[in-house]
Amino acid sequence: MQTLSVNKRAAILSVLLLIFALGAWEVSVTRQEVGVALTEYEILMGLGQPRAAVPPPSDVMIRAWEQLSDPFYDNGPNDKGIGIQLAYSIQRVLTGFLLAAAMAIPLGFLIGMSPVAYKALNPFIQVLRPISPLAWMPLALFIIQDSQASAIFVIFICSVWPMLLNTAFGVAGVRADWVNVARTHELGSLRTALTVILPAAAPTILTGMRISIGIAWLVIVAAEMLVGGTGIGYYVWNEWNNLDLTSVIFSILMIGLVGMVLDAIFASLQRAVTYAE
Amino acid sequence: MSKPFLSVERLTQSFPDGAGGTLTVFENASFGIEKGEFVCILGHSGCGKSTIMNVLAGLAEPTSGVVKMDGMGVSGPSLDRGVVFQNYSLLPWLSALKNVTFGVKARYRDWSRDKVVDHATRYLAMVGLEGDVIHRKPSQLSGGMRQRVSIARAFANQPKLLLLDEPFGALDALTRGTIQEELLRVWSKTEQTVFMITHDIDEAILLADRILLMTNGPFARIAESVEITIPRPRVRTEIVEHPNYYAIRNHLVQFLGKRSKELAGRASDGASQSPAPVRIDLTAPAENPEPGPQTGPESGREPRAHLKAVHG
Ligand SMILES: Nc1ncnc2c1ncn2[C@@H]1O[C@H](COP(=O)(O)OP(=O)(O)O)[C@@H](O)[C@H]1O
Ligand SMILES: [Mg+2]
Repeated sequence: MQTLSVNKRAAILSVLLLIFALGAWEVSVTRQEVGVALTEYEILMGLGQPRAAVPPPSDVMIRAWEQLSDPFYDNGPNDKGIGIQLAYSIQRVLTGFLLAAAMAIPLGFLIGMSPVAYKALNPFIQVLRPISPLAWMPLALFIIQDSQASAIFVIFICSVWPMLLNTAFGVAGVRADWVNVARTHELGSLRTALTVILPAAAPTILTGMRISIGIAWLVIVAAEMLVGGTGIGYYVWNEWNNLDLTSVIFSILMIGLVGMVLDAIFASLQRAVTYAE
Repeated sequence: MSKPFLSVERLTQSFPDGAGGTLTVFENASFGIEKGEFVCILGHSGCGKSTIMNVLAGLAEPTSGVVKMDGMGVSGPSLDRGVVFQNYSLLPWLSALKNVTFGVKARYRDWSRDKVVDHATRYLAMVGLEGDVIHRKPSQLSGGMRQRVSIARAFANQPKLLLLDEPFGALDALTRGTIQEELLRVWSKTEQTVFMITHDIDEAILLADRILLMTNGPFARIAESVEITIPRPRVRTEIVEHPNYYAIRNHLVQFLGKRSKELAGRASDGASQSPAPVRIDLTAPAENPEPGPQTGPESGREPRAHLKAVHG
């Protein structure tokens, strides 16, 4: 018993923390409901009527059970299952992210391999990079005239920078000896790029991709709150307007879970291309 | 006299010295290497050995001068000139075998996969790497094994000229000894022309047909070309018994310890600088009676009859 592994001890501690946190939440919320009697003023003004109290975790769990047992139902624009909403968001994130990768990785190669290209493009990157992706939204809506495409554009613009800079950094940092190995074997530029520089820079490039997908998932929620229609961001906002806090909390948890899964996928890709020197 | 297989003619290399001037590493250096010859170049750190090798490899452009191989001018890197770098020359994301097939595939583009793998495996076996180890990544191999893989990769490509830049510099003495012998074995099987940089005198004597001695820089010169008059096959423990061994060794030690400094730092006045040939052979009859003061304790010794037929 005394010699439980670190992992087992950590797992036990995690479960205990979870039980404690949920217990504390449950207890504090129920007490609040008992303790808060409506004042005469509130009753008269109708303020207390659809009283939105923070729901206890047991309610959230029940909601989760309902939602997850039928995640893909579709009862019209304002009532879709959580699975459908998440699928919309993931699809937007992946579209914007892949478009960004298709541009950022080749461009990053160019910048990383050519000091001139780096110097020429650097001022633009420095100005564009710190702009909040949501600041592009009005301009995107005006130019693209389509809210869905604008959301994708916002994802594109926020995920392009980490991939661009990491690719450039990784490519510029490839050891001269490895490039010389390619040169002494008379490999052309394309083969050198694919068989030497790409694998050498892959860990750094994947770090950039992992950062990008994380940012994209953060940004999609906000973007969908703005453009509306579908997606997990819209869902959260819609449930807030319905004062359905149980669903709000449930969808917050789902956003966290999906973000974790996306990160885990890129972490495993990163592990697959990492090499020890 | 016909031109040697590799001929270096009036090679000059200068770099900006960072203070507005130029740093001339060497000037008008000329020397040749014969086909099948194993030549080592010895000199202090920073004298310009790697700079010469980079020019021979085609990885750097000289300020002036030409390098000709088989009568053709060398420009740019080529599969005809294989290089073994001191460090990091293995691609760490590929296994030992894949590092070798990487080279073989580049050299023999029309070979089938199986043929490439067979060829690579055979050369790895020649340097003593067989079985599971060849599927390990460089990070899972010892320093000695990694350098064996580099050597296998270079030899597997059967280049016309093999260039080695301090290939054993990072290895411990015992490992170095083993790999030197492996290198000799592979070399004797392949008749490869080799140009190798080293800072280890004993290594140079064991391996080389000829040692080029380089003075200190700037304006370094390849001052001498010392023939190693010890017959092959050579084994480390046996060559030290040879009467020429200490004579040659002392000559080299004297050069590196003293004369490399005395001869340093002179501009060439436009003259081509060829190394002076030096032949120290105590086993030869009378024509070489006074090997000079540097040849040390062995000078008076009776030559051994059975070692007389040295080197053609
Ligand atoms: N690309 C370069 N730019 C400037 N100086 C260089 C460059 N390459 C080598 N040098 C200088 O040339 C000299 C010889 O260097 P190197 O050939 O590496 O010496 P070695 O291999 O004999 O130790 C050194 O003084 C070094 O600083
Ligand atoms: Mg060097």
